Amino acid sequence: MHDAGKIIPGMIAFVLFVTIPFWANFGKAAPEPKPELPKEYKKCVESKDFMRREHMKLLRKWRFDVVRNNMRVYINSEGQTFDMSLQNECMRCHTQKKKFCDVCHDYVAAHPYCWNCHIPPEEKKGWATKETENLTEEVSSKQPASHH
Amino acid sequence: MGVVFSFLVVMALVLVVYLGVGVAGLRGLFGVVIPYAAFLTFLVGMVYRLIGWAKVPVPFRIVTTCGQQKSLRWVKRSRLESPYTNFEVVLRMLLEVFAFRSLFRNLKAELKGPNLIYGSYKWLWLGAIAFHYCFLTILIRHFRFFSYPVPKVIQLIDQIDSFFHIGLPHLYMTDAVILAALTFLFVRRLADPRLRYISLASDYLPLFFIYGLVISGILMRHFFKVDVVQVKQFTMGLVHFHPVPPKVGVIFYIHIGFLSALMAYFPFSKLVHMLGVFLSPTRNLANNSRAVRHKPAPWWKKPKFKTYCEWQEMFKEALEQAGLPLDEDCYKDKGKKQ
Repeated sequence: MHDAGKIIPGMIAFVLFVTIPFWANFGKAAPEPKPELPKEYKKCVESKDFMRREHMKLLRKWRFDVVRNNMRVYINSEGQTFDMSLQNECMRCHTQKKKFCDVCHDYVAAHPYCWNCHIPPEEKKGWATKETENLTEEVSSKQPASHH
Repeated sequence: MGVVFSFLVVMALVLVVYLGVGVAGLRGLFGVVIPYAAFLTFLVGMVYRLIGWAKVPVPFRIVTTCGQQKSLRWVKRSRLESPYTNFEVVLRMLLEVFAFRSLFRNLKAELKGPNLIYGSYKWLWLGAIAFHYCFLTILIRHFRFFSYPVPKVIQLIDQIDSFFHIGLPHLYMTDAVILAALTFLFVRRLADPRLRYISLASDYLPLFFIYGLVISGILMRHFFKVDVVQVKQFTMGLVHFHPVPPKVGVIFYIHIGFLSALMAYFPFSKLVHMLGVFLSPTRNLANNSRAVRHKPAPWWKKPKFKTYCEWQEMFKEALEQAGLPLDEDCYKDKGKKQ
């Protein structure tokens, strides 16, 4: 081999680069995301599989229907009706954002912008409540960005 | 022909994965065995190719230059076009690798009446650089499936890439741009009859593999949704060497199938330019042949010369018979030495 002094370091760099996923995770445990499901309710608006796959598309459709078309009732595949509302309908059962939404979103590093506008239940003390006297400047500055 | 053949190969791949996973349910084969084998082929194959190239001696400096080489002090020289020192070579290589500088010089020849006219043609450069940087960004972005917690940098790149917040999940800019760039690179080969003539199946196949990879990825993200949590559990399993193939839609396995095909095909295809660019003797050498005496080729041996005296010794009888005079000096020297 010629120029081994340059080839071998280059080769090592290449091999290290393409095997990053293997050695970067070596010895690190991969946790299983376990979102906390509501105890008193057994069924979501659609089947579990559907929700796991398509909840973001469903929520997007809800948002569009409510904001653009003023439609507020969702009829699911079984003919049941639901109020199309993240805060009032979804969060009614999934009361804890941190133990439900965030678990998987953090796991796959998804960054939904729901909470730019909506308030998760346990954080209701924020700017959108009537207790405006207790508001700090910091909370007010966390006003949402666009809603699209 | 090449384009039809490549298209059939890609369609066959989709069909095989569809039948294998969708019908026969061979998730383990298509999700674990083939991807591991493909990655191993890629890794070993690329190292093998690299060693193969490194074994080839480069006895001459065959730098492709396009500027004034180092000459007399008052002659202005071009440091990047005709590098003289290793530092200049490094600069030239960096620009080549990161900015595709030689493509920027791409010309297009056209007959305008009786005249052959060369015009600047940057579209190839633009298409190539858009494609390569998008592909790199997409590759880096996919690290979110291979790390936990996902590094902040990766998350930042992800958020910048989905900056426009189009749709939900957000459309990535790079997805749109890479599709446009791939389409340009493909149409370019078909549109020009001369280029079409010299294009082979090996030109179309990598393009189609990447097309398939990108399209299946976009379909999976925006249309035929899969449970991304299961997918990440699977990819994390892959890097921890105990993968459990996920029970998700066939589209995921088609995506993996395209990736495996691309990885396995890599060392045997023109895609090796990924490493080959660093080993191009026309680019990675300094043009200093006039100043430095370089080592001759490794097989070079000093040729065996025959002196006049040795020749005379060989034909001594014939010379004497013909009455030709012998060079007495040959014997004098011998006498002296003895």
